[in-house]
Amino acid sequence: MNEEKHILTMLVDNQPGVLSRVVGLFSGRGYNIESLCVAPTIDPLVSRITLVTKANLPSIEQIEKQLRKLVNVIKLRDLSGKEAVHREMALICVMAKPESRAEILRIVDIFRCKVVDIGREHYIIEVSGSTDKLNALINLLKPMGIKKIARTGAVALFREPN
Amino acid sequence: MEMTGGQILMQTLVDEDVETIFGFPGGAVIEIYDELVKTDIQHVLVRHEQGAVHAADGYARASGKVGVCLVTSGPGATNTVTGIASANSDSIPIVVITGQVPTQLIGNDAFQEVDIVGITRPCTKHNYLVNDVNDLAGVMREAFYLARTGRPGPVLVDIPKNVVSAKTIYKPVSQVRLKSYNPTYSPNMKQLKKVANLVREARRPVIFAGGGIILSDASRELTAFAHKNHIPVTASLMGLGGFPGTDPLWLGMIGMHGTYRANMSASYCDLMIGIGVRFDDRVTGKTDAFAEQAKIVHIDIDPTSIRKNIAVSIPIVGDCKKALTRLNELLTDEDSDAMLKQKEEWLSRIDEWKSTNPLAYDQKDVIKPQYVVEKLYELTKGKAIITTEVGQNQMWAAQYYHFDRPNNFITSGGLGCMGFGLPAAIGAQMAHPDRMVVDIAGDGSIQMNIQEMATAVQYKLPVKVVILNNRFLGMVRQWQELFYGKRYASTCMDCAPDFVKLAEAYGAAGLRAEKPADVEAVLAEGMAIPGPVIMDFTVEAEEGVYPMVPAGAPITEMLLV
Ligand SMILES: Cc1ncc(C[n+]2csc(CCOP(=O)(O)OP(=O)(O)O)c2C)c(N)n1
Repeated sequence: MNEEKHILTMLVDNQPGVLSRVVGLFSGRGYNIESLCVAPTIDPLVSRITLVTKANLPSIEQIEKQLRKLVNVIKLRDLSGKEAVHREMALICVMAKPESRAEILRIVDIFRCKVVDIGREHYIIEVSGSTDKLNALINLLKPMGIKKIARTGAVALFREPN
Repeated sequence: MEMTGGQILMQTLVDEDVETIFGFPGGAVIEIYDELVKTDIQHVLVRHEQGAVHAADGYARASGKVGVCLVTSGPGATNTVTGIASANSDSIPIVVITGQVPTQLIGNDAFQEVDIVGITRPCTKHNYLVNDVNDLAGVMREAFYLARTGRPGPVLVDIPKNVVSAKTIYKPVSQVRLKSYNPTYSPNMKQLKKVANLVREARRPVIFAGGGIILSDASRELTAFAHKNHIPVTASLMGLGGFPGTDPLWLGMIGMHGTYRANMSASYCDLMIGIGVRFDDRVTGKTDAFAEQAKIVHIDIDPTSIRKNIAVSIPIVGDCKKALTRLNELLTDEDSDAMLKQKEEWLSRIDEWKSTNPLAYDQKDVIKPQYVVEKLYELTKGKAIITTEVGQNQMWAAQYYHFDRPNNFITSGGLGCMGFGLPAAIGAQMAHPDRMVVDIAGDGSIQMNIQEMATAVQYKLPVKVVILNNRFLGMVRQWQELFYGKRYASTCMDCAPDFVKLAEAYGAAGLRAEKPADVEAVLAEGMAIPGPVIMDFTVEAEEGVYPMVPAGAPITEMLLV
């Protein structure tokens, strides 16, 4: 059966060991995590975990049920569809030889991202947007030479009804 | 009132009506023990921490209460892991209290420090490290609550030594409130109505009952449901006793060592009602071929059990007892006669299956293990609490002891853990001092926790151990015989102790039967002895458990005797 990408978001108790329970469920059952993002919410006792995984339909159903079964998972939602806003952020350290600087800056402009650090031979670019946008940018920068990259993985929120 | 952690711990145990604890002391729990002796709670000193957990498991199953054990940090804690995993697989409510090194030493690789919370995370329902004495009362309440509610299971509470001695004002926690944990007990009525309609229409229905029937105390409701609607019943190993094993509608156990008629009925039914089951691979065999022609209804309290292994037509999350009660209301007695007529053909087909390949063995000059179990059944009138070890002994117990009542068959089903039976029998005997408790054992498994004989002797627990002694790790040998060209690699157990002398060395009684004619007399004598007894039956070495479905094959493909 076809594997599809799923963005799961969950509210969990902000306590030691909780992330390990969530992650352990994936490793223990042979599921893969593509990206993972965790931080406290407005309520300091609650954290939000956003997790991207690839799975076929029966597996994702099982994964979601297993996650809901964890005592520390308060709420879980699959935000893969259009009803949610998805964003990802990346810091990209790209080689900036004098001859390619103008080109890089043009790309930065088109993608509406920012140069946040400049060195003699590099720029660090901060970008946020959809995963597709980030991938497109990375593809364009590749020819200049990407030294390092740090991506946050997706975060997502359900669009509130008007 | 200001109290120490140790005192608070005792108070929470008393509040939970704990009467018995199985445990083993050590440095990290010495202060807990110092408080424990001041209470009325009886502590059973086991000889190995694995035994403590299995005993708590057996106690929980026999009594319906939460079983409790107490062990020290480090090796004491790691020794509990197998027992916890077994209780987790079988959804048995236990609370395991482990000592831990003082909080300031945690993470320093201190003496007898292990991260038991990390180790047991995947094999507990939930677990806790108590960092602050102020959390202790609440955590203990939650632990008991989680252990017994929803799908029950083991909960571990790890308590650092300094938390035991720390003082605080004790505030009783009366109610547990967990915003994230809220098991669904009430089944969806719409779905149940669909089930009722399917039951009315079905021509070839089968009920498949599991451990959930026993855990939710639903055997009366199940029996009424089956009788009223004339539906034959099979069960998983864990479900035995949930429906009377002597009932005309009883098909026998299903699965790898299921009866011919149970496996055939499950395979040719047009409606399967699975209640309190999880469609384990030992039950289904090849999943694609399982109940191929049937609409499958699956009722279980754990949503993760549903659609995990097989696709179902009607999933229902809820308590088995509640669901069956509702179904019994929906299907009135007026339907009963019409339903019987509709099912006559099916029931007579099942009768045929019953007579073509019944469970059978041929008792000649060497004792057959099945014969021992049958005689035990007769002599105890089917009323004993039976625990088992794992392997052939377990399967023969399941096939030949016809359990009429729930909570009388105590076995490590999901984990299949050798060494379970004797400590579990000790736990069951603690719960029911006046009942006959028998561990049906293999000569291999019994050696895994044989040290608990000392516990039985110390506490004058008259458990009877019936060893079906085939001088082999029989079940593995059987696989080798059938699938590995009879190469008996490391399954011969010729070098074993003399179990009669061993029993005597422990201060128990030992008896032996070597001829079929002695079986009854030895059983009768053993049962009449007021203390613990080991009965060693020299049985046919290469007897096999049949029927047998090779792993992964459809359950219709049974190897028969
Ligand atoms: C702790 C543990 N180790 C290994 C096994 C694998 N195993 C399953 S059945 C069996 C043989 C058990 O032999 P015995 O207790 O003599 O019982 P028999 O099958 O002969 O009745 C073994 C080794 C197990 N189930 N549990």
